Amino acid sequence: MTLLRKIAWLFLALLFVAALFSDRIAGASYAHQFRDFPSAGSSWRFLLGTDALGRDRLARLLAATRISLLLAPAAALFSTAAATLIGGLAGYCGGLADRIATRAIDLMLSLPWIFLLIAARAILPLNVSPATSVILTFALLAALGWAAPARVIRAGVRDMRDSDFLLQARACGCHGFRLVARQLAPNLKPVLIAQFWTSIPLFILSEANLGLLGLGVADPLPSWGNLLRELETDLSFNPGIVACLALMLAVLACFRLLLPSSSLD
Amino acid sequence: MRAVKQFARLLFSLAITALVGGFLTAALVRLSPGFGVDENELDPARDVAALRALQAARPERSGFWAYTVRHEAALFRGDLGISRNWKRPVAGLLNERWRVTARLMAVGILGGWALALIFVLPSLVYPSRIWDALAAGVSGLLLCVPSAALALLIFVYAGPARAVMALAVFPRVYQYLRNVMSHAAAQPHVMAARVRGISPARILLWHIVPVAAPQALALAGVSVSMAFGAAVAVEVICDFPGLGQLAWKAALARDLPLLLTLTMLVTLATQLANALADMLSGSPSEVRA
Repeated sequence: MTLLRKIAWLFLALLFVAALFSDRIAGASYAHQFRDFPSAGSSWRFLLGTDALGRDRLARLLAATRISLLLAPAAALFSTAAATLIGGLAGYCGGLADRIATRAIDLMLSLPWIFLLIAARAILPLNVSPATSVILTFALLAALGWAAPARVIRAGVRDMRDSDFLLQARACGCHGFRLVARQLAPNLKPVLIAQFWTSIPLFILSEANLGLLGLGVADPLPSWGNLLRELETDLSFNPGIVACLALMLAVLACFRLLLPSSSLD
Repeated sequence: MRAVKQFARLLFSLAITALVGGFLTAALVRLSPGFGVDENELDPARDVAALRALQAARPERSGFWAYTVRHEAALFRGDLGISRNWKRPVAGLLNERWRVTARLMAVGILGGWALALIFVLPSLVYPSRIWDALAAGVSGLLLCVPSAALALLIFVYAGPARAVMALAVFPRVYQYLRNVMSHAAAQPHVMAARVRGISPARILLWHIVPVAAPQALALAGVSVSMAFGAAVAVEVICDFPGLGQLAWKAALARDLPLLLTLTMLVTLATQLANALADMLSGSPSEVRA
């Protein structure tokens, strides 16, 4: 493991712990309003100041980080599992199943991602509770993000299906679930891990884009998207926005560093 | 013969997309909450006879399959339906706005490709670690910023809003283009040409570009989809009255007929661009993987 990757792991781990204990670190809940201090600047009490409603920006930033760092990997796990099922079956079975799956994947990939998200978000209720909205947003990302990983996994499984080691395993009497669990899955693991890590920054960025367009996580729950949305009304570039942008850049850069080098090519 | 087959496959693929997209649009609209309810029906002052007359006057009250078949038939006649929010034909709304999006996308695709080529080509002719690191740094940084945030930043600083499109397309194009070109530059015939002392510009134009051209063309098709994605954020944030802004407004107003028809048409446009790129390059696109 290179030094940069170790630093990336350490940074993400520290940030995750800080985000888990955001209330204690910031000294207030992300939703608590300090009514005497609306739009306060940076101070020892409020390191990043407060927003127009008097909420501590540091608490909100850490809570938004917690949401992204918890739910983006969860969504990535779900979409990778769906992609494994669809791509794996298509690659392993071949024939009609492969053709149908390939068509579906092609169709999903030709749909511009943001259009699909907006349409899917509009079909779901808009007047949902904040907690439901955050789960809905990431569930949507997971449900719609399977196509690209499925294509890669299908290609990987198809290559392996005709490989010598699988032929030998079959000749030795290894079939069905045992063949998949003992031979196919371990060899497919690097591809699955690469797809998982690739999906996380994609989902974080998509959630931020949706939040910036007002279709993501609902207030008072914070997300990186709706924190950055403050730029629309506050053009002064307050420390909260700068910190949010910097933190998002740092987290996404760390995830990119953690990607297996083969997936970048 | 191969071109005819490809063209026939393209038409079939577009027809299937339109059919499936039309069905999904009709199904989602028909099954959406509040479908077929007129605001006047909620008026307590109206008596039973008036309510029945109102309900009878609404053809949308038909069953699921009747509605879906009628919607599909209208779609293939070119009737895209009526927007609930704007109370106007969807075709008219699209006709007013597509030029704005097309112009933005043209700027995005051309600008993004120009930037990508500026970073990729010099490193092929005169390999330099510093230049590569700079290019990787710039593209990596831009990849980590949501396109809506980028649009907002440029808007706040009164920068050229259209440039956001190019900045959003560039990093994605650069990554693929660099890989494709580097792979082509590492081929044995290129090394042989270098050993023979052929000039770098000639090697690039005659030995690298022709090898990388099919995949680069396929990438050009995919960049249409990338540009569509970036256009939504740029149009919403920078107030360009294009299709992306229309989709966003339709989403906020829950105007499903407009939003789903728009999504289907954008999908068709993307598929067409991908298929044309595949036909020109002479091979099915592998870039999308």
